Amino acid sequence: MDSLNTYLFIAAILFSLGLFGVITRRNGVAVLMGIELILNSANLNFLAFAKFGGMNMSGHIFALFVIIMAAAEAAVALAIIINIFKNFHTINVDDVQGLRQ
Amino acid sequence: MIDAVFWFIVLLTLGSAVTVVLHQKLLYSAIALLFTLFGVAALYIFLWADFLAGVQVVIYVGGILVLIIFGIMLTNRISSVNISHTSVQRGIGGLAVLGVLSILGIMILNTPWHQADYVEPTQTTASIGTLLMMDYLLPFEVTSLLLLAALIGAVMLSRRGE
Repeated sequence: MDSLNTYLFIAAILFSLGLFGVITRRNGVAVLMGIELILNSANLNFLAFAKFGGMNMSGHIFALFVIIMAAAEAAVALAIIINIFKNFHTINVDDVQGLRQ
Repeated sequence: MIDAVFWFIVLLTLGSAVTVVLHQKLLYSAIALLFTLFGVAALYIFLWADFLAGVQVVIYVGGILVLIIFGIMLTNRISSVNISHTSVQRGIGGLAVLGVLSILGIMILNTPWHQADYVEPTQTTASIGTLLMMDYLLPFEVTSLLLLAALIGAVMLSRRGE
């Protein structure tokens, strides 16, 4: 259980699930959830390398920055999605093709 | 005992992540994301990152997940109780993702990762604070600018146009 490869495999599976969500979902909010899964898997990798590379704290700093960036990204992305809903009355990402109505 | 707890958390995390990407009802996906985020926070504790586990719960569960649920509520008509949605091209998408996963697996198994001896730290918060104020001061300040820009941008975007 306590090995680097275990964590790397968990993160790889989490990344693949997030990628699957991003490429198959049609709802904009669901695509955003897939992106959150991908960011979480990246964080898991950072912390696994931090621990098994000799408890190097720089990995923790990078994971912290990733979490902060995810918060900013979620706020802006949801503002954009709400705007798209106002203009197109749908948030199906396949139907939104024009830059103006 | 610890092993059983660890594998239970792994199963919870990955199982609810599968629900997030596959469930037809969007709100159920959001609730499953809650369990995924809690599971990842528990994995952080197994990786001795106690401070980051706390940050994960506060920001992801308390902030981002609430934002996502708000997004679901605001972008659907209130009358449609079953906020359902479909996925497209699951077969091709699944094949592509399996390819990516197998490449990642081969890469993980064949790479000689750098590993060093490690001891359990008594605390992590103090060293994170020291690093933020010494080695990573510039990224820290840039991050505060990024947060300010995202705040103003989100308010500007979601404001009703005059």
